[in-house]
Amino acid sequence: MTIHSAIKPVAKAVNWNRLQDEKDLEIWNRLTANFWLPEKVPLSNDIQSWASLKPEEQQLTIRVFTGLTLLDTIQNTVGAPALMADAVTPHEEAVLTNIAFMEAVHARSYSSVFSTLCRTAEVDDAFRWSEENEHLQAKSRLILEEYNATSSPLKKKIASVFLESFLFYSGFYLPMHWSSRAKLTNTADLIRLIIRDEAVHGYYIGYKFQRALERLPEAERAEIKDFAFSLLLDLYGLETHYTEELYDPLGLTEDVKHFLHYNANKALQNLGFEGLFPEAICQVNPAIMASLSPNADENHDFFSGSGSSYVIGKAVATEDEDWDF
Amino acid sequence: MLWLKWKRWVTDRFLLLLQETSTGLASVQTKSAASPELVSGLVYFSSPSGNTHRFVERLGLPAERIPPRASEPMLKATQPFVLITPTYADGEGRGAVHKQVIRFLNDAANRTLLRGVIASGNRNFGAFFAYAGTIIAAKCNCPCLYKFELAGTDSDIARVRQGLDLFWKQQLSISQ
Ligand SMILES: [Fe+2]
Ligand SMILES: [Fe+2]
Repeated sequence: MTIHSAIKPVAKAVNWNRLQDEKDLEIWNRLTANFWLPEKVPLSNDIQSWASLKPEEQQLTIRVFTGLTLLDTIQNTVGAPALMADAVTPHEEAVLTNIAFMEAVHARSYSSVFSTLCRTAEVDDAFRWSEENEHLQAKSRLILEEYNATSSPLKKKIASVFLESFLFYSGFYLPMHWSSRAKLTNTADLIRLIIRDEAVHGYYIGYKFQRALERLPEAERAEIKDFAFSLLLDLYGLETHYTEELYDPLGLTEDVKHFLHYNANKALQNLGFEGLFPEAICQVNPAIMASLSPNADENHDFFSGSGSSYVIGKAVATEDEDWDF
Repeated sequence: MLWLKWKRWVTDRFLLLLQETSTGLASVQTKSAASPELVSGLVYFSSPSGNTHRFVERLGLPAERIPPRASEPMLKATQPFVLITPTYADGEGRGAVHKQVIRFLNDAANRTLLRGVIASGNRNFGAFFAYAGTIIAAKCNCPCLYKFELAGTDSDIARVRQGLDLFWKQQLSISQ
């Protein structure tokens, strides 16, 4: 008789040298390498630029940022923790704790912008506005309904990907717009750090969604896909109202909507689905695209040029030691 | 298939707008209908998230896949090829090329058959969008032919099919 045979562990230690899913380590490494805090960005360099905005432009910017703060707060306190309960590997749980914390950093960083650039009373007004705005509250309600503990793990993941890869973009548009006009460029640098994080979050949770979906029988898969498209359209309806209310005074609504269509299709691709919106209404203003990816290679289509325009890279040493030729 | 109904509804709803703005798109679609005559191959890598796999499926051209796991035997290329690969870079561009793609290219026999690279990524990564294409082009002294996002759009598919057709014809005329 052995004395330890009857012991059933109440908890298990996470062993990162025994992976069930290599994607967990890949994403852990990318997320931890991308860690940042708002103090890294010299926001005070935007003080003069802020003063050059008209009062209504300042108010719009503060409102947009409180809307974004609300979504990050939901992800930090409800979304990421709700997904943790459904994690299928201990490493996935650990990755989700990183995501949850970064959502808190995102939410916190908008307050850094406010304390650097704005008057307290204006900011307090905007937070009150975010609690009273029906469209903002309606989209929060739709997402929170799916984060409910009784919701299916798949539907929670769909809601999470739509929040991170779609709902943020009506807000992200504005700092990209200012940056394309050489305004609030340091604030835009901070927003781009958030945008980069959201890309990894949406990709990873979309990946976990696809793994869970493929285990379901065909009929249930079809039902989930219908649910995803329906939820996206419901959210899109709310987003168009939200967008009109915010951007009509600046005449930017149609431009923003193209950006929404483009990102909605990317959100669906993160879930492994095809896009919903036709390409003709997903053509984003090139100034916004350039603002989103500054310094990226200008020409991504060497096919369309003549043969001589092929750019053969200069032989640059990469940091990856595994190339052995 | 409720989702298809939604998709049709959205397309109908934007039909007017489409007719006003889609002359460019229509021309792309007609071109994509012509099937390109390929003289050479495609090799691709796709992790289990499957974006690149879906892109290659939609291209509808014969392609060989680099095995996703290091435990599987590595692919040996047998003819000149264009490589299609996603990007895995962090915020500083590190780790852009997947280890399995590096393993594949570390084989000199594979490398000498590489004629060009097409890379995917996400513009959210800014300057490092589809950076794997830039890195491989520099390392292997070949052109980066195209970059696209995630699983690509219909225009991306059309451009890559046309582009590859033209590219292989040019390669053929150079080698003759
Ligand atoms: Fe966030
Ligand atoms: Fe996020």
